[in-house]
Amino acid sequence: MKLNQSIAISENGFIFNPATGDSFTLNNTGMQVVSLLKSGKTIDDIKETLTAEYDVDTMILERYLQDFISDLKRNNLLLEE
Amino acid sequence: MECRKINVGITGLNNIDSPGPGMPVIRGIKESPCFDARIIGLAYDHLEPGIYMKEWVDKTYMIPYPSKGKDALFERIKEIHAREKLDLIIPNFDAELFSFIKLESQIDQLGIKTFLPTLEQFEERHKSNLPGYGKKYGVDVPKSEEAFSLNDLSNILRSFQFPVMVKGKYYDAYKAYSPEQAQAYFIKLSAKWGYPVIVQEFVDGTEVNVIALGDGKGNVISAVAMRKQYITDKGKAWGGVTISDVSMLELTHKIISQTKWRGGMELELIRTTDNKLYILEINPRIPAWVYLAVGAGQNLPEALVKLALGMEVKPYTSYEIGKMFIRYSWDMIVDIDMFSKLVTSGEL
Repeated sequence: MKLNQSIAISENGFIFNPATGDSFTLNNTGMQVVSLLKSGKTIDDIKETLTAEYDVDTMILERYLQDFISDLKRNNLLLEE
Repeated sequence: MECRKINVGITGLNNIDSPGPGMPVIRGIKESPCFDARIIGLAYDHLEPGIYMKEWVDKTYMIPYPSKGKDALFERIKEIHAREKLDLIIPNFDAELFSFIKLESQIDQLGIKTFLPTLEQFEERHKSNLPGYGKKYGVDVPKSEEAFSLNDLSNILRSFQFPVMVKGKYYDAYKAYSPEQAQAYFIKLSAKWGYPVIVQEFVDGTEVNVIALGDGKGNVISAVAMRKQYITDKGKAWGGVTISDVSMLELTHKIISQTKWRGGMELELIRTTDNKLYILEINPRIPAWVYLAVGAGQNLPEALVKLALGMEVKPYTSYEIGKMFIRYSWDMIVDIDMFSKLVTSGEL
């Protein structure tokens, strides 16, 4: 999976998809995940990074992360390679 | 660059909640470095706001409603031309286009240019002809049928699933969830716009539009794709953003090159969740959101004026993505003397 290269991401967490006109806002965690995806990290890498950084149960983190990844895919922000 | 002085007659000064395209067309022309334009407004109603916007419209004349016939319109144009020496006229309403297209050669003989679709182009893209249009040019359109009576409507509705779109001949569209609702809309629309009323399959998806200008030889001079961001209860975009959608622009090129479309047009499209583009309507004139195209780098009104005057026009090849328009309303304070002068003399 890779981030849709055409989307514009601003530092304040605003995402604009120029192909559809859709726009989204991300919270800090969402922005962190998208930034890691943008830098080429895999989902496993991201899971590892977040687990190390936050005091969170691994199962809960995985569930939320998968939900977020599904949202990104559904909105054409994350594409299958 | 040499700045050419021109006198331009423009309709569609109704800058109201369901605005005509006149004012944004004027903005585009006034901002052009190629022209020093005197704008002659041609109005149907005394309260069209553009009449009173003197910084944009230099002079306005009332003209007869299309229902008065093309001869009455031609006589009025001759009177106005005798005083204003018009170089061209840009009509901006669907309902008046038939008369202007019919009068094109007569108006041309007066020395006034226009840049309009041919009668065939105008007729074949009518909402009521859309299924045939889709078949002829290989584009996807929703199922549509014409209703001339309530009896027709009942018969037609048997082959549709609810909700359906019920559309006026020229403007207005409603989503009906039952036969009773469809009948109520039929009566409302036929009273306002005449017959037929069009019943169209409801296609769910995202509303997207393209504004375009064809040179009449199959070339696209300008094309900008837009996604509506806010839609009013009248179905008009109150906010929109330019988008980079290759398939929408390819569809526009396909239609313009196949039909050799001449003049401004708007494609109203729906992108379904399975990413299919349906043409809902082809409007045969510049839409009211034209200034977004100007703001994104394609001065379509300027290009249309150049085409009409036989000047060389280079096709635009790109525009800025992510440019937005946000419409707003503004109360003007106008002296009653201006209104009374217009009402009594037919000009201001």
